[in-house]
Order: sequence, then C-alpha cells, then structure tokens
Amino acid sequence: MFILPALIFVAVFLIYPFFSIFAMSFTNQTLVGAGAANTQFIGLDNYAELFNFDRWMRRGELGYSLLLTAQFVIGSALIGQAGLGMLLATLFHNRKGLLRETIFTIAIAAWLIPDVVVAFGWFAYLAPDGTLNAFLNTLGIQGQDWLFDYPMISIIAFNTWRGTAFSMLLFSSALGSIPPSQLETADVIGANAWQKFRDILLPQLSRYILTDLLLITLWTFNTFTPFLLTGGGPTFQTDLISIYTYRTGLQFFQFGKGSAIAVVVMIINLLLAGVYLTLSQSRRRA
Amino acid sequence: MLKRSFHILVLVMLVFVVGGSVLAQDEPIEITVGGMNAGVEVDWINNVVAPAFEEMMAAEGKTVTVQALETPGTGEQIRQQFVLDLGVGEGADILAFDGFWLPEFVEGGLIQPLSALVGDAALEWEGWSVTPEGLQNILSFGGELYGIARGTDARVIWYRTDLFEQAGLPADWQPTSWDELLDAARTIKEALPDVTPLQLNAGTAMGEATTMQGYLMALLGAGQHIYDFEAGKWIASSPAILDTLNLYQTIYVTEELGDARYQLTQDGRDRSFEDFSNGTVAMLVEGDYLWRGPLAPVGGNFPMEDRDELVSFAMMPAIEPGAGYNGQDFVTISGGTGFILNPNTEHPEEAWALLSYMFSREALEGLQELQPRIRARTDVPVTGDETMSRIAEQVLPLTTIRPQLPEYNQVSAEAQLMTERVVSGEMSPEEAMAAFDEAVTALVGEENVIRIPIE
Repeated sequence: MFILPALIFVAVFLIYPFFSIFAMSFTNQTLVGAGAANTQFIGLDNYAELFNFDRWMRRGELGYSLLLTAQFVIGSALIGQAGLGMLLATLFHNRKGLLRETIFTIAIAAWLIPDVVVAFGWFAYLAPDGTLNAFLNTLGIQGQDWLFDYPMISIIAFNTWRGTAFSMLLFSSALGSIPPSQLETADVIGANAWQKFRDILLPQLSRYILTDLLLITLWTFNTFTPFLLTGGGPTFQTDLISIYTYRTGLQFFQFGKGSAIAVVVMIINLLLAGVYLTLSQSRRRA
Repeated sequence: MLKRSFHILVLVMLVFVVGGSVLAQDEPIEITVGGMNAGVEVDWINNVVAPAFEEMMAAEGKTVTVQALETPGTGEQIRQQFVLDLGVGEGADILAFDGFWLPEFVEGGLIQPLSALVGDAALEWEGWSVTPEGLQNILSFGGELYGIARGTDARVIWYRTDLFEQAGLPADWQPTSWDELLDAARTIKEALPDVTPLQLNAGTAMGEATTMQGYLMALLGAGQHIYDFEAGKWIASSPAILDTLNLYQTIYVTEELGDARYQLTQDGRDRSFEDFSNGTVAMLVEGDYLWRGPLAPVGGNFPMEDRDELVSFAMMPAIEPGAGYNGQDFVTISGGTGFILNPNTEHPEEAWALLSYMFSREALEGLQELQPRIRARTDVPVTGDETMSRIAEQVLPLTTIRPQLPEYNQVSAEAQLMTERVVSGEMSPEEAMAAFDEAVTALVGEENVIRIPIE
C-alpha cells in the first residue's frame, strides 16, 4: 500500500515510455508527412533498415556511428577519464599542498560547469583563431582548424577534460582507505614506485575501477554534449550514437525509426552493464 | 476530513477558472508573429505595422496588441521548432513559413487552410485579385490556401567586381557555359591566391540552401530537374546528376576552386556571406536574399556600404548554350515564403485581419521602401533598387519551382547528402549517385522513380 505511489510513478515515467518506444519501433510513425496521419505497423522494417549491412558502415549510418562511439568511449572514458583520473589520484596520494589543491579544483570545476557554457568555451578555444592556436603560434607552431581537421580527437580531449574529476575523486578516496603501513613496509624493503602501484594499490583498487568504468562508459556512451561542438560533423565524423538518434528522431521526425535506434541503444547499454556486473561478481567470488 | 479538503480544492479551482475567464475578457488580445530572424521585417512589424493596426482595431472597439518575435536559427531549426510547437498545439498566432514545408505539414495534420480557420472573409480578400496564381500557390496545397506569400526570389551568381578587375577579368561578366564559369575561377585562383574563387553550395550542414543554391542550379543547367513533372516520378539516376556531381568534384576536389570547409561546417553559410562581404570569396551562387538581406548596407548582418559598386550578378549558365532545363541557355529556380495562420490561435479573425493588413498595398509599399524585393502583389513593384529590378526582369522569366510534394523534403536531404559525399571525397560521383538512387527508391518506392541511362 505504501509503495503504491512509487509504483505508479515508475509505471508512468519509466515502464510506459519504454513500452511505447518499443511498440513505436515497429511502426512507420512520423510527425510530418503521410506517416503522421496514417501510422502503420511495419514489422521489423526499421530494424532491417538499420542493420542493412550493405551500407551500414557508410558515414551517417548506424554501423559507422557505433564505430565512432566505440572510439569515443575507449578514447575519452577508458583511456582519458579513467587513465588520467588514476594517474592524478596516485600521483597526489598522501600529498598535500598548493599544486594538489589547484589541480583538484580545476578538475572539479571542469566537471561542474554547465554543458552549454563548457561547449561555448571549448568552441572558442579550438576555433581557427582561438586560444589554442594563439598559444601554439607564440611557440612557433602552425595552428590548425581543430574541429574540422581533427574532430574526433577534439571531442575526445574535450570529454576527457570534462569528466576526469569523477574518476579522480573516486580513486582518490579509495586510495585513502588503504592503510599507510603497507606502503611504508614496501618502502623499507626497497620497492620502487611502479612495484608499489602494481602490487599494493592496484589490487585494492580493482573493485572501484570496475564501478568507475561501468558508470563512465554508460555516461560517455550516451552523452550528447559533443553535438554542441561539432554538430556531429564534419561529414558525420563525430556522429555519435546519441547524435544519430537525435538526427533521425528530430530532423525528419521519423519517430518509428528513431525508436528502433533507441531500443538498440538500450540493449547495448544493458549488455555493457551486464558485462561489468558479471566481471565484478566473478572477481568477488575469486 | 479528506472529503472536505477535496471539496475545498474543487471550490478553489472553480474560483480560479471562473475568475480567470472573467479577467480574460478585459485583457487585450495579443497577436504574435513568429519564425523570423532579427532584421528589417521584424522591425517593420513592431514599429510600423503594429501601431497602425492597433489604431485600426481600436477604431472598431477592440484592444489588440501586435508583437513580432525574433526566432534565431537556420531555416531547418525554425522548421523543427514549428513541427514541435504545432504538434502540441502551441506557437505564435502567425508563422513565417517556407512554401516547400507546406505539403508535409498538411499531410501531417499540423496546419489548416484559411477556409477552415477564417472562412469566406479570407477567401474574399482584395489582395488575391492582384496576386498571380503562381505566387498564390506558394502557400497553397491540394487546392486550398494556407497563407499569403511574401513574394518570390531567384538565384544567380553574385560576384565581386573589384576582385574580377584585380584578376584581369571584365567587371561586366556573363559566362555562357560551365567551362567559362570554371575558367573565370581558375583565373582568380592564379591571380589572387588568398581568395576563394567560387562557392557552389553543397553538403548537409546548409540544408535546403544546398539544394536550391547549389545542387538544383547545377542540375537544371545540365538539363534536368529533380522530378519529372510529366511522368510524375522522381529522377533517381541520370546523366545530368552525374554532370552535376562532376562539376562539384572539379570545384572542390580536383581543382580546389572552392573551399569545402564552407560546405561542411555548421556555420558555413554565414561564413561564406561574411567572407564574400569582406572580399575573400569572389563568386557565390546565391539567391537575391544575399543582396537584400546579409549584404544590405543598412540592417544586413554583413553590411557592405559600397555594395552597389562592388557586387554584381551574372545568370547561371547551362553546361553548354541551349543544354539547360527546357532547352534554356541560363537557368534559375525560385522559392517562396510567406505567412500562415497557426490553427491553434485563439483569435483567428484578428490574426487574419493583421495578416491581410500586412499585405495590403499601403502597408507593403512601406516595407518595399525599407527592403525592395519581388513582391507577390502586382500593384507593388520593385522600386529604388536597380539590381532587384534587373533580377525581376531578366532572371525571373527563366525560373522554375520545386515539386510541391510531401516527399520533397526527404529527397532533397538525400541530394544534399549526395553532394556532401562528393565534396568531402568520401565517394566518387558514380558511387554517390548509386547511393542516392538506392535511398530515393527506398523513400518513394520503385514505382515512383525513373532512371535515365548514361550513354
């Protein structure tokens, strides 16, 4: 009885939309044109179109978009955010001082500023006559049109900068829970920095690493902010899955096909979560 | 206890509803006009039309206020906004609307004809008798009128006479074939290495601007349209499409006479206007919008004080003399925009009164002084702008229009994608045309396409 409001809430805002999207993905529903007035059940046609392997690696199609998304997730979440976060957390472990405070403050600020503000900032920073090129020019290096010639690298750098704080803070507090005596003992027997990291810190961090990777992979997979920098272009070279869904759903208002993409994205998200959860289960058992 | 508080709640709500409707009668009627970028027209409505119309209404005993709302963004973004607004029953009372959007909005049940919204009063308007049928059709579909057209336009090659003279080309220039056009671009590239010689719009980022100012201008020059009006079918593959794509390849890939950056970045169209305005782009295939809008010495986004001395236009030549659409030597295409009534308006009568007042001869002549262009009313000629008069007299007779069909918008988007694939170097012209064929066939069905074999 007491959980009834919560159940209704969940049903109205989660279960109903999910099933309506699922149902819509088997129709040709659109908001404009003939499909709007006369929506028909078309079976698996939307899915067949998405997984048409003759052309799905073309720019602007699903396969190409998934490949780009994979590059983006590996580059900016796994290597960028988790890697850099781990590096920063370890370097400043058990240290205090102005440098640590400055770096942590910058990272957290980057994480907290609203998306649109950050995107405008980066747009100005990477523009042909922007801050980055002005800086490079003073070093005698020829500037680039970064967002045009290196769009994927640009949004990977952007998203790394944007999200490193989360991993850094998570690892930093996890490291805080490791008894200092272990590291002191290692110092006594003459272990070097790498050995200490590999044999003491890393094993105790592994649980946190999995949690971190699960969360940031899902966030990065679904993020839309790069759209504010590149609009998915040039020529679809940053057409991440979220942008692809948006284009299909809102440019031509093909709600049927857009829903089919949304279903595919949800399944991929579930699979990713499943892989991480299985890994962490097996680790816990071991 | 519960029951009692429920009663109180109902009572309170009733008070609000009744009180609200009583108050509403005293409130002035507000008519809003939406969908325009900031500029001359918004100022005209707010500063000239509004006071005059409000006075007119006051004489009839109605308190009406008028407000034109600026809508920032590109045509595509405004269209997107309209679909979403109309889909949930919202939006300004009067919407600035592009004629080619009409079919799919009507099919989608998002808008309604004047006959249903206003009735006879709208159909008996004095202005229809002085508006040619072709221009009435800009905002009509299936035999029903949906709004009043502003007027029409035409597309030409705009060029900088100062750059032409610096490169040793005549300031009074008119190419008669694609080769002559490309030769002029080559001359400029050689003489002025810092100048981009020629931009012919391509790519998805520019949306419909690519189809109208780029793709169709070339395609018509190669002798065909996007649609076969006699057969009633879409042309999915033809020698003319291939010629067009080869022209794009020459301009952007093999000879780099144009800069593909403008075509592939999000704000490329504005950047091309800006660079034409400051003299780093020499030729731009564009509508007369460029002349009277962005480059206008007063009110333009990239104003040119000496526009009348430094900018001139040439007609777009066919690939060879006589080889253009309908056997023409020169080609162009027209679009048309205007204003429709939002079916969700609470005051259709007053909204129509405002719209028909905006397009009365008296009001329109006032706007014509601020922004001369080709108006829909024949009793409001182009005045005081020699260039616009020349476009009306020389170029407009050559024109054609887009097919007014609900599928057009998506076929057009596929054409934009096809040009993008060529100018970005992703595909060869042949591959791009094959991909276009495949996509258009999937959109409209095999029975609605024709293919013209390549010899």
